[in-house]
Amino acid sequence: MSFFTSENLERAQVLLGLYPEKRSALMPLCHLAQAQQGYLTKEAMEEIAKLLEIEPAEVFGTVSFYDMFHTEEVGKYLVSVCTNVACLLRGGLELLEHASDKLEVPVGGTTEDGLFTLEEVECVAHCDKAPCAQVNYRFFGPLGNDSFDQLVEDLRNDQLTDSVPPHGTLSRVFREAPSLVENEVIIAERVAMDQARQERQAAKDSNGGDSK
Amino acid sequence: MTTKIVTARTNLPDSYRLSTYLENGGYQALRKALSMNPEDIQAEVVASGILGRGGAGFETGRKWSMLKQDPVRYLVVNGDESEPSTFKDHLLVEADPHQLIEGTLISAYAIGASMAFIYLRGEFALGLERVQSAINEAYAYGAIGRDIFGSGFSIDLVLQPGAGAYICGEETALIESLEGKRGYPRIKPPYFPAVIGLYGKPTIVNNVETMSNIPWIITNGGKAFASLGSGRSTGTRLFALSGDVAKPGNYELEMAASSFRDLIFSPELGAGLFPGRSVKAIIPGGVSAPWFGPEHLDLPLGQDEVAKAGSMLGSGSVIVIDDHSCAVRAAWRITKFFHRESCGQCTPCREGSGWIEKIMHRIEIGAGTESDLDLLLDVCDNIAPGLSWPPQQTTICVLGPSIPSSVVSAIKMFRDEFLIHIKEEGCPFVH
Repeated sequence: MSFFTSENLERAQVLLGLYPEKRSALMPLCHLAQAQQGYLTKEAMEEIAKLLEIEPAEVFGTVSFYDMFHTEEVGKYLVSVCTNVACLLRGGLELLEHASDKLEVPVGGTTEDGLFTLEEVECVAHCDKAPCAQVNYRFFGPLGNDSFDQLVEDLRNDQLTDSVPPHGTLSRVFREAPSLVENEVIIAERVAMDQARQERQAAKDSNGGDSK
Repeated sequence: MTTKIVTARTNLPDSYRLSTYLENGGYQALRKALSMNPEDIQAEVVASGILGRGGAGFETGRKWSMLKQDPVRYLVVNGDESEPSTFKDHLLVEADPHQLIEGTLISAYAIGASMAFIYLRGEFALGLERVQSAINEAYAYGAIGRDIFGSGFSIDLVLQPGAGAYICGEETALIESLEGKRGYPRIKPPYFPAVIGLYGKPTIVNNVETMSNIPWIITNGGKAFASLGSGRSTGTRLFALSGDVAKPGNYELEMAASSFRDLIFSPELGAGLFPGRSVKAIIPGGVSAPWFGPEHLDLPLGQDEVAKAGSMLGSGSVIVIDDHSCAVRAAWRITKFFHRESCGQCTPCREGSGWIEKIMHRIEIGAGTESDLDLLLDVCDNIAPGLSWPPQQTTICVLGPSIPSSVVSAIKMFRDEFLIHIKEEGCPFVH
C-alpha cells in the first residue's frame, strides 16, 4: 500500500522530475505528505525515502531540522503567534498569553477537540501588522484580544474555510508547466552562448588592439 | 516624489496577475534583454551599481562576474526573508510576482544559468500560491521554458518552498536546503557559491528585491538607476519600518536621500510616534545590527553612511523603540531568537546564545545581579572576540557573531535600565 493517494502520487512524480538531483524534492514531498495527512507519519517519511532512493533516516534527519514539519499530530488549525521584537513591542507576548487563555491550552498544546494547536513563533515578516499571528501560515494582524477571539470563533464556525485550509495544506496552486526543457538542449544552448561570447570578446580585443 | 521602481505596480488592483503586469509594461524588459548580448546586460547591472538587497550589500554586478563559466550553472533567488522585522520581500512576492520572475529570467540569461530556482520561506503560503500561479502563467505566455519569445534561449524556473528555518537565508545553508538537506551553512572557503554552489556547480544567489529591480534597470539603463541615490547607495530601496511608530509599513525611498528621521516622522511615511513619546533607540538593518540612539536620527539611509556610524543598513528594516518600551526586554527577545535559530554546528553560537538568553531573561524578570552585566559581555566576547563592528568571526557563518549586537548595544546605551531591573527585582515598564 502506498502512503500517497493516487492523485498525490502523480504530484510526487512531477516533483521528482523537477530537479537535477532527486533529493531536492525532499521538502516539497514532505509538504505534500503533510497536506494529505496534516502531519508527517513514519510511513509517509519511509515512502518519501523510497521515492528519493535514500535511507529513511536521512528523511527523518532533515525533517527534524525544520519547524514547519510536524512528526506528531497537529490541530486542524495551527495558530502561530509571533513574539519577536517588532511584535513584542506592540504586545505580542500578551497576545500569546491571551491566546493560551482563550484556547485553554499551554503554548505548544492542542485543544481537546483537536481543532487548535497553539505555538509561539519567530518573525514571520508581517511586522507592519504587529502583533500578528498566522493560522496555517495565513496572515492575521494586527490582533488585539477581541479580534483574536473573533478569529477563533470564525475558525470554529467554518467561516474561513476558503482562506484557511486545514493544517498541512500550504500552497493550493500546483505547477502546471510542461515538463522541463531537456538537459541536452540547455547544455547545447549554453555552450553555444559561451562560445559566441568568447568570439565577441576576442573580436573586441583585436579591434581594441587595432585602434590603439 | 521618489521614483518607484519595485513598488510601481504593487497598489494596482490584481497586481499579481499576468494581465495587470502586461498592461503595465510587463515582460518588455525581458524581450529587450533577450535581444541584447548577455555581457551587455551584465554591463548595465554593473553600471547601475546596485548593491544586493538581502543584507550583506555586495555589488550584484561584481557577484555575477565571479561566476565560474561551467555549462551547468545555477541562479537561485533567496526569498527566505526571515531577518526579524524585515517584510519587504513579503510584499514583493505577493503583490508583484511577475516582476520577480522577469528579473530572475533576465538575470538567468545574463549569467547563462542552465536552471533557475526561487526559494521562498515556507510560511509565505499566499506568496507561494502567488508565485506558483505567476510561474504557471509565465510558462503559458512563453516567457519561461523552451525558446523564450523565439530568442533561442531556453530555461526552466522552479519554485522551492522552505519549511521554517532562519538560517536558510544564509546562502550556503539555502543551497543545502534546496538540495533536500538540513540547512547547515557550509564551511568556507570556498567563500562564494559562484565557484562551488548548488550540486557542486557554480551558483549565483540573489535576493528577491535585487531581482525585482532588474527589469527596471534593463528598461531604463544602469545609468538611470545609478543617478538615483548617492555614493555607493544607488537606486531606491524598500525600507520596512516597524515597532513603536504610528504608521509601520514598507516605504520605497531613494537611497541615502532620506534620513531615519524622515522615515519615522514624515506624515506620508512613518507619521511619527505615539502621542507623548520619544525615540529611545532604533535598530537599523535587522536584529543582527547594533542599535542607534536618537542622536543618529539624521543619518541618511545609505549603505556606507550607516556602516560608518557603526551599524549596518542590512536588510533595510528599521525598528523604533520608544521611551515606554523596555530595552532589556527587547534585547532579551532578540537573543532568544538567535538561540532558537542557531543551527547548532558551532559551539560559540549554539551554547553562547543559550547562556546569553538565560542571563538576559533572569535580569528582565528581576533575578539578575550586577555581575551579570560583565558576564554577558564576557560571553559575547567569546562569540565575537573584541566586540568590534563588523564583528570577528569564530563560527562557520555570521549568525553567531550577530548575537552580541543587541546585548552589547543595550548594555552600552541603557546600563541604568539594567541596574533598575536588578535593584527593583523586576521590569519597571508596563507591558
